Amino acid sequence: MNELASSSEFLSIVLTIITAATPLLLAALGELVVERSGVLNLGVEGMMAVGAVCGFGAALSFGPYVGIFAAIAAGVLLALLFGFLTLSLVSNQVATGLALTLLGLGLSGLIGERYVGQPGEKLGRLHIPGLSDIRFLGPIVFGQDVLVYVALGLTVAIGYVLFRTKLGLIIRAVGDSHQSAHALGYGVIPVRYACVAFGGGCAGLAGGYLSLAYTTQWVENMTAGRGWIALALVVFGSWLPRRVAIGAYLFGAISILGFAVQTKGLNIPSQLLSSLPYIVTIVALVIISGNRALTRANTPTCLGQPFVPDR
Amino acid sequence: MRLLLEKRSEHSQRMAVLSPIIAIALTLVTGAIIFTLLGLDPLQALYVYFLEPLKFLWTFQSDDLWSLEQLAVKAAPLALIGAGLSVSYLANVWNIGAEGQLIAGAILGGAIPVFFPGWQSPITLFAMLGLGVVGGMLWGSIPALLKNRFGASEILTSLMLVYVIQLVLDWLVRGPWRDPQGHNFPQTVPFADWQMLPTLDGTIHLGVLIAIVIALALAFLMGRTLKGFEIRVLGTAPRAGRFAGFSRKGAVWFCFLLSGGLAGLAGICEVMSTVGQLQPTISPGYGFTAIIVAFLGRLNPAGALIAAFALAISYLGGESAQVSLGISDKIAKVFQGILLFYILACDTMILYRPRFLPSRALTESGK
Repeated sequence: MNELASSSEFLSIVLTIITAATPLLLAALGELVVERSGVLNLGVEGMMAVGAVCGFGAALSFGPYVGIFAAIAAGVLLALLFGFLTLSLVSNQVATGLALTLLGLGLSGLIGERYVGQPGEKLGRLHIPGLSDIRFLGPIVFGQDVLVYVALGLTVAIGYVLFRTKLGLIIRAVGDSHQSAHALGYGVIPVRYACVAFGGGCAGLAGGYLSLAYTTQWVENMTAGRGWIALALVVFGSWLPRRVAIGAYLFGAISILGFAVQTKGLNIPSQLLSSLPYIVTIVALVIISGNRALTRANTPTCLGQPFVPDR
Repeated sequence: MRLLLEKRSEHSQRMAVLSPIIAIALTLVTGAIIFTLLGLDPLQALYVYFLEPLKFLWTFQSDDLWSLEQLAVKAAPLALIGAGLSVSYLANVWNIGAEGQLIAGAILGGAIPVFFPGWQSPITLFAMLGLGVVGGMLWGSIPALLKNRFGASEILTSLMLVYVIQLVLDWLVRGPWRDPQGHNFPQTVPFADWQMLPTLDGTIHLGVLIAIVIALALAFLMGRTLKGFEIRVLGTAPRAGRFAGFSRKGAVWFCFLLSGGLAGLAGICEVMSTVGQLQPTISPGYGFTAIIVAFLGRLNPAGALIAAFALAISYLGGESAQVSLGISDKIAKVFQGILLFYILACDTMILYRPRFLPSRALTESGK
């Protein structure tokens, strides 16, 4: 009996880790593609916040699956705004990304005010009769919500496209040497627009996950820095989808660890546990950035540099 | 139609001045559209939001002076932080965690009323202000150290530290520093009279004066001294700076200690005037809004002083719009974000001349 209880407790911890990791993974994968094309978009947090509120609102009226698409659309729209400034008007990417975050957080607060305290729509977990009922493994492998699988599928797909296809080669060429890519006849700006839009969609989706699956309510600032952690994850994963996924699950585990410890009745201030993800992010950044070989090998050479095609 | 950017032979000084003015005008137009969408009379809403706080300037009624004083009180922390960030961003050092350094300053300075509530001496005020500066510097030195020692992105570390210090403050005021006589509210003891900044007439406090003096002093530093030149060279031409023997690491330290210290000063001034004690929230995001102040002020500390007043209007207008128009004061953050977008877009014209060409002409020219 005791064994059964502890195994179901362990199961619930694993499930929570997966739900905590998924939004980080989605946002980080999108940003990875953006950065591989040579653009640094610091607006992930803002796009996530707007994705969360739009997803929540649309789900209230039309159900959670429409909510997902609304979240993606919101992220893409904001990303295109960022793209217009940084790519067409060659504005400073760092400053514009910050502007996007400030605007996104502001917009989400304004739009979301009417949703405070409202119960939302929950994205259901899959249930495949038979398979999902397998003890312990069933719920983990076959019983998650759709977006968990989408995130894992994206990890594989992005890795494949970036490193095994011509499209990926073009994206990486644009990110590593925009002058050469331009000279070869590739449209640097259109490729970057597409990547920025894709990253925005992923960030919006990550936000939607927060308000549709992670919790089912909308709270102001509910993204709580996850967009920034996703940015750090891209560095942590040294711009490789596989490593980013591992990093996302590690971070998910760390952020859940705190609450698991708390239920054991240990007398640790809750604020210390809540600050763990941020402290761990800093530590991870320090460790990875200190390792020159690891960062230098994969950092897109043109990351953050403006490109103006000479006619 | 296609947009082409033609590089100007040199920076357009005219556009550098015009850009923030155009950006503000465009923000007002966008504001009118948003108000219309919200079902309000756009002109009346714009008046309530952006002009009413300034009413004293043409009415000279003493009743209207109040909002102008409020404006100065809200502009003070924005100017202090914005001036420091201007220097930092000019050097290409991206401190975006000023909000955290503000809180750190408030905490360290606020330790005096918590631990020495009875210490009444002429130097109490100065000790608190000094500790505030030190607190901000300490918190700002962490990203500087991690940047110089390990090459960790100061953007991400300084921002992460905002969340950490917010939680530290939350823990302090709910736990060890909570006022025992405070009916379990999450707050420290209220500061005594001698722990508060002296005021001119009840509202305008010493912090406003400090902000003005420091912003002007920094403008002098940047415009007229070798240190200012060094910072600008390292920001715009790092290679040239290296050949001149300027230290990049030194600039990172300088910028973080300066902008962190000023943010800390803004934080302790805030709790020694408007707030009057430590509590879980002590700033309506001044540290983040100051980023916009820095850009609107052309990354010039004196410009930041003027820009601080413009952004203070957005805070004050948000409050009055909530009262008299019945719309959420959250709209203030939206206006601030839109304003920064417009500034950055208009700044393109400092370096480039935009040309609109029909797409056919482009293909015919052979490219």
